Amino acid sequence: MKIIYPLLFILIACFFLGPMFLAFVASITPASEFYDYSHIFPSRLTLEHINKLLFTLGGFRALIVSIEVALISIGISFALGIPAGYAIARYTFRGKDGVKLAMLFTRSLPLIVVAVSLVTVYMRLNLTDTALGVALAHAAMILPFVVIFTSSIFSSTFIEYEEAGMVFGLTRFGAFLRISLPLALPGLAASAIYGFIMSWNETFAASILSIQNRTLPAHILATAMASPDYFKYAMATVMAIPALIFIFIIRKYLISIWGISLK
Amino acid sequence: MAKVVSQDVKKYFGEVRALDGVSIEIEDGAFVVLLGPSGCGKTTFMRCISGLEELTDGKIYFDDKEVSRLQPKDRNVAMVFQSYAVWPHMKVRENIAYPLKLKKFSKEEIEQKVKWAADLLNISELLSRYPSQLSGGQRQRVAVARAIVHRPEVLLMDEPLSNLDALLRVKMRSELKKLHEQLKVTTIYVTHDQVEAMTMGDKIAVMNSGRIIQYGTPEEIYKKPATAFVAGFIGSPQMNFFKCDVVEENGQQYAKFEHVRFKIPSRINNRSVIVGIRPENVSLEPPKGSDSITLEATVYFIERLMPETILHLDVGNAKSRITAKLPDDLVLPEGKKIEVFVSTESLHFFDAETEERIL
Repeated sequence: MKIIYPLLFILIACFFLGPMFLAFVASITPASEFYDYSHIFPSRLTLEHINKLLFTLGGFRALIVSIEVALISIGISFALGIPAGYAIARYTFRGKDGVKLAMLFTRSLPLIVVAVSLVTVYMRLNLTDTALGVALAHAAMILPFVVIFTSSIFSSTFIEYEEAGMVFGLTRFGAFLRISLPLALPGLAASAIYGFIMSWNETFAASILSIQNRTLPAHILATAMASPDYFKYAMATVMAIPALIFIFIIRKYLISIWGISLK
Repeated sequence: MAKVVSQDVKKYFGEVRALDGVSIEIEDGAFVVLLGPSGCGKTTFMRCISGLEELTDGKIYFDDKEVSRLQPKDRNVAMVFQSYAVWPHMKVRENIAYPLKLKKFSKEEIEQKVKWAADLLNISELLSRYPSQLSGGQRQRVAVARAIVHRPEVLLMDEPLSNLDALLRVKMRSELKKLHEQLKVTTIYVTHDQVEAMTMGDKIAVMNSGRIIQYGTPEEIYKKPATAFVAGFIGSPQMNFFKCDVVEENGQQYAKFEHVRFKIPSRINNRSVIVGIRPENVSLEPPKGSDSITLEATVYFIERLMPETILHLDVGNAKSRITAKLPDDLVLPEGKKIEVFVSTESLHFFDAETEERIL
């Protein structure tokens, strides 16, 4: 058993990391060696493709737009979703189950369908081709998820923690802010990551709602077909790295800082 | 420290009347236990006092100040929760200091008071730990320290011992009582455990279906229960009850149960009564120096608790089962016919309709 577990672990890691690694290697292989099948690893490495993609082909600008869109959509969906999730977790009100069900239903509506009709509305509101426009569409996509996720986070933090806060000198809102919110932070961070990745990966709505200010996946979709293969790998690398960095930054919230003590 | 007065407090949850007119006056510095079966409204009443629950009707005063509509934070109460509710994202020190911080004490004062509370509860060496690193008993101490550190006017405790193991519970019982003697803070303590109530309370308020049935010292409640409910709730094993008709012979009234006649000590107007006998008042020997009643019984089952013995006995034709608690270890074969004795003085009489105490 002592050998089998590490072996299994390595195997699974290879399964997931292998393609990523090969794509990464391909993205830094010189064009001259890319189609040379006599060896797997190139004799020298180059950042030429990534460089070109980012700075000559407009990739960097698209990347900035992508981050902008992701942050705005997380901001909007959290500003609306956290109070909604809290309300669902803490209060009983008429139609609560209906609200929860309706929220799930919105997920069954493909964003592409919404996006087409959004274009006409955006044209009237002058929102076409703006980061805010795409972010609004993404927020609509992320919001139901945030509501459902935060409601389950808040229902798993004891109401007595808040009540203790109120007894010892906090207002109801103060108790939410100082007690429940910090306790929910790991879960909220996890849902932020999820929201970020949803927005980061979303391609179709972004493609339809923007022309010049495209997000990275929309930009790649528009240019990939016409590019040589090593550019496609470079694109894959550029797509993956910011997401990895983002997860790396908030990883400490994921491994909850005060142990398994939400109980 | 304050006197707590509740006037006709009502709390409805929709159709459910959780509190149906609770009036009580709790003396300044007293340790009062709210006792009752689950669902009797005792926790709801405590939450009304804390302000966590809004009243449907009625008034609550701390001393002469009405607090009925105040937020919990403006009432100067403290609470020890059943789950302790020690905040997991703060260290023990921060947990205890938090009420002081919110009340804007200076840093030096906070440090000094936290040290005082931690010393009192014997948790000084735990101050820099997180709650997840503590045992249940330690968390409990932190919860108590946090509750007393700002010297509240009223201290509320909601079944604080129910999550501890039996040994620790007995130990904490006496510690909490000692703590109260030191601090003299008006304490309201909710429990469904009659042993806790009897050992800890200066006074006990027995509650049932959203009302206080009786409010008195443990002794009063044990010796003169106001209703059959209180009589049945206090004491272990439970009091034995006989539903009797009142008959009169030669000017003397008796409560008659089959062929057994309980002499009624003074004149009453009720037609039928409930006679209550505590198991510990049943003996195998006739009591000396007082009138007694003899019951013929068959041993049904015997529990040897060492050193006490609890006998389950069948009395009469209707197979009324009664229990008797005897101070010594005893072996009797099941099915054996015996005679047991009850002194007339130890009988309790309740009205059969209202279940209220007559004598």
